[in-house]
Amino acid sequence: MFQPSPWRADFPAIAALQRQHQTYLDNAATTQKPQALLDALSHYYAHGAANVHRAQHLPGALATQAFEASRDKVATWLNAADAQQIIFTHGATSALNLLAYGLEYLFEAGDEIAVSALEHHANLLPWQQLARRRNLRLVILPLDGQGRIDQEQALQLIGPRTRLLAVSQLSNVLGTWQPLAPLLAHAQAQGALTVVDGAQGVVHGRHDVQALDCDFYVFSSHKLYGPEGVGVIHGRRQALQRLRPWQFGGEMVQIADYHSASFRPAPLGFEAGTPPIAGVIGLGATLDYLGGLDANAVAAHEASLHQQLLRGLADREGIRVLGTPQVALASFVIDGVHNADIAHLLTEQGIAVRAGHHCAMPLLEGLGLEGAIRVSLALYNDSDDLQRFFDALDQALELLR
Amino acid sequence: MNLSQEASQALESFEQARSWEQRARLLMQWGEHLAPLDAVEKIEANRVHGCESLVWLVAEQHAGQWQFKAASDARLLRGLLALLLVRVQGLDSAALAHLDLRAWFTQLGLERQLSPSRSNGLHAVLQRMAQLASDA
Repeated sequence: MFQPSPWRADFPAIAALQRQHQTYLDNAATTQKPQALLDALSHYYAHGAANVHRAQHLPGALATQAFEASRDKVATWLNAADAQQIIFTHGATSALNLLAYGLEYLFEAGDEIAVSALEHHANLLPWQQLARRRNLRLVILPLDGQGRIDQEQALQLIGPRTRLLAVSQLSNVLGTWQPLAPLLAHAQAQGALTVVDGAQGVVHGRHDVQALDCDFYVFSSHKLYGPEGVGVIHGRRQALQRLRPWQFGGEMVQIADYHSASFRPAPLGFEAGTPPIAGVIGLGATLDYLGGLDANAVAAHEASLHQQLLRGLADREGIRVLGTPQVALASFVIDGVHNADIAHLLTEQGIAVRAGHHCAMPLLEGLGLEGAIRVSLALYNDSDDLQRFFDALDQALELLR
Repeated sequence: MNLSQEASQALESFEQARSWEQRARLLMQWGEHLAPLDAVEKIEANRVHGCESLVWLVAEQHAGQWQFKAASDARLLRGLLALLLVRVQGLDSAALAHLDLRAWFTQLGLERQLSPSRSNGLHAVLQRMAQLASDA
């Protein structure tokens, strides 16, 4: 039975892609944008761009007002206690690098950082490189058979030497929610700082950073239907006080002379230089749009499509799904067929999915795989998108087998 | 344009291919022609990185003429490599440097396979070849 998406028409690019015979199922990489975002960008640029937090003139005041309104909207979206706990960065990657550099002074040789075996490179490499700079031990938390961090082992591995735990909320390869609550509580009891990479998790459902109770929560705008070039850090108040500035420059400074300077507290002390003003305003507009949707209807729609995806994959011979995906996506390999060949033939048929290591090389290697195909869904996908994918997959397999 | 007999054959068959299925079938057929590499040639030094599959390129110069061998674990890419080799086999460095390989794949109707975003390996292989030609 056809399952339409009631929100499809809100995303003009979907119709444009359809005219180019493209079915977009690579939403975990980035998403299409709602008309509300396009309108906000166009309004900002058409009505007078200006730099924020600097000028006394009217365009500057308006831009600053819109920029700070977005901070409030992000705070509301995450149920943060205070908008001043929201830092804008240039993406989730730069957010995680800010944390790895801004917290570096807290680490001493022999300290441990714990990350999970399924981390995206963005939440692995900044910690790996920090460990190398400071002579720390990077502890890798292993996974269970379903693709979740193995709780029992993790609780053993996170100990008194652990100074920081950095884990994903939702795996970008396995589509599994991670058991954050027990891990975060245990790490905090050991005196460790906690970082949650919400890049995938924030897109599915609403998450309350106060209930989540981590020191830092990070996500990127562009996976949440917002513009690229914008990342977000929510920091707990005490944790933000321990974070030192990483990048230095305009507007993050309080007083500067030629030989020394003092810096502003969060958030501005961590937003050196001109921020991505239009992008931040656009993210605010996107959140307004998303906030107006029936969250239960969105979740039900996504869950139903996800079930159809998993069923369709299970129905076909020789397909092995990685882990036990719970939401949004599924990665798979096919017996005797190279994923590059499948990817090639899906592309020929206008199916936009992702093939390869999904920026998680160690995870794929741990699974004994060179790569996998990933299909990832968004709220504007409908059952016809999946049908086109499965038809194309069947055609590809017929050619290859 | 001076095409070898094999290259002319390739051009003829791909020009007649009307659909993506026909092109895919032809690619797989051409991939079968690719001479296999010896195990000793499948070494790290011959690996071409930047591909989603394993790709090796072995280049030798005999009396100023390039002789290439290539292999991949992905079938369609093997076809693309075979089509590349029939065009460049036996060229000297100057001819290789001047050869417009994009035009060659465009003639075959396969230009989209060259896109750097495809990460299918062909783009990386061409870069390696250009480097070899300019270093020689």
